[in-house]
Amino acid sequence: MKHWKLLTNPLNDENPITVQVLGICSVLAVTVQMKPAIVMAASVIVVTACANLIVSLLRTTIPPRIRIIIQLVVIAFLVILVDQVLKAYLYDVSKKLSVFVGLIITNCILMGRLEAFAMNNRPWESFLDGIGNGAGYGMILIVLSTIRELFGSGSLLGYQVIPEGFYKLGYVDNGMMILPPMALITVGIIIWVQRGYNRKLIEK
Amino acid sequence: MRSLRRFIDKIKPQFQKGGKFEKLQSTFEGFETFLFVPDKVTSAGAHIRDSMDMKRTMIVVVIALLPALLFGMYNAGYQHFLATGEAGTFWQIFSYGFLRVFPLIVVSYVTGLTIEFIFAQIRGHEINEGFLVTGMLIPLVMPVDVPLWMVAVSTAFAVIIGKEVFGGTGMNILNPALTARAFLFFAYPAEMTGDKVWIAGMKEGTGILDGYTGSTALGELAQNISERIPADLNSFLGFIPGSVGETSKLAILIGAIILIYAGVGSWKIMLSVFAGGLLMGLIFNGFAANEYMALPAYKHFLMGGFAFGAVFMATDPVTASQTETGKWIYGLLTGMLAILIRVLNPAYPEGMMLAILLMNVFAPLIDYYVVESNVKKRLKRIRRSPAGNRKQTY
Repeated sequence: MKHWKLLTNPLNDENPITVQVLGICSVLAVTVQMKPAIVMAASVIVVTACANLIVSLLRTTIPPRIRIIIQLVVIAFLVILVDQVLKAYLYDVSKKLSVFVGLIITNCILMGRLEAFAMNNRPWESFLDGIGNGAGYGMILIVLSTIRELFGSGSLLGYQVIPEGFYKLGYVDNGMMILPPMALITVGIIIWVQRGYNRKLIEK
Repeated sequence: MRSLRRFIDKIKPQFQKGGKFEKLQSTFEGFETFLFVPDKVTSAGAHIRDSMDMKRTMIVVVIALLPALLFGMYNAGYQHFLATGEAGTFWQIFSYGFLRVFPLIVVSYVTGLTIEFIFAQIRGHEINEGFLVTGMLIPLVMPVDVPLWMVAVSTAFAVIIGKEVFGGTGMNILNPALTARAFLFFAYPAEMTGDKVWIAGMKEGTGILDGYTGSTALGELAQNISERIPADLNSFLGFIPGSVGETSKLAILIGAIILIYAGVGSWKIMLSVFAGGLLMGLIFNGFAANEYMALPAYKHFLMGGFAFGAVFMATDPVTASQTETGKWIYGLLTGMLAILIRVLNPAYPEGMMLAILLMNVFAPLIDYYVVESNVKKRLKRIRRSPAGNRKQTY
């Protein structure tokens, strides 16, 4: 039961994006289309889960004064690994994601979870926490990219969804959806909706 | 009139607490106070009593907008007839323009008011009158040929994201009408820029004279073409292509006089916006590196939405600076930025919209520092005076 909470809490009550507002930068950058967003989500899940696991295994041997550097080395190693795999098997998506895979290293969600959770908890729990937080991040990424691709390009996963007839009638794709400001506004709307039904989140 | 009053009094209990339509109370109240002066008067405390409630303020602004609106309608028809080369009587021209502009107004009001009513109902607030002006401003800053559904989408965006998320009328950071225009500008750039959108019927292209161009002076100057700038008198009277309400500087001037006379719009802001624009124009004249920079500074006022923005947008009492010194700073910077964006950034031929929106964001900061500096000045005065010295020795 407790383990289940580790997985589901970050999806809603402690969502890294909509509640803790971490990692916003990459959220704005990679959600123009669904495909890169999904790949990014998967990459972050892998990195957070593995980094949490490794740091948790090392937690008793890491000297506290240099722990940040060691955490960074672990994350950087995993990110390079993910980056190489993407380059080998998903080259065009990797090109679209460009620097943002490399920038997972600086994603606040990772450092946050390592510092706040993996340093004080056992490996299995840390691993689950990593998956949960990666999934919480990925979930928002996918929701956001669905909205942005649908209204910004009229397609989903690269397939045209809005029928040709609409365009003939005068429908035009919303160019602002492709721009980062609209992503920020959409994140705001998602937070609004989430707080609408999850009353726990509203500050007193 | 009296029978209407009696009817309202009769149905009133049903909308009050415990009545049948209790849930619709704010809707009812909105209509009642729209029709009659509210009967609630503050009874205790030292309040200022004034006949200008918000509805009356808003009505003054709408009246001030009327000349620009009526001329905008006429000009929409005039430009169309000019482009097709047909001749028309005054009424033909006006009714053509009326039929093009009126739907924009209807769509803007219906969309915006529906959203306002829904939010007021959900929150249990009174319905606010702010949209009366916004709903009129939105069609006036649009190109006449803009598709109606886009007006609806941008109005909805402006009211929800620009206003309601901050708490409704009076709480917004950005001017809602300009938010709508900015949304349209970035979301559907093809409908907001170029040389096809400013004249009614030009996009379909039927019956337009060969080689007739619908570009505005701003659009051409952005590409450093200055041969075809309309004559000053034409620009002043407004017989040029452009957004619906922005073309006639004369109509805007009448509006400005109404606003200033009624004490609704701040003359300080209007004056300082023009001063800022003139200053920036003169600075560019000093460099005169290309044709746009060499353009006489006063001509900037006659083109595009500079005058309209200065009179109706920058003076929005909610989003402008509140302090008197702040108003000067706010206006000057708005005017300077508008010309700066116009001349130096060819991607944004009209800098007024972006300049006002940017300064809206900075207005609270300006106010903060104006208040701080005043506090400091007064503290110094106390310290210097003998009474202050005595106090400090305690």
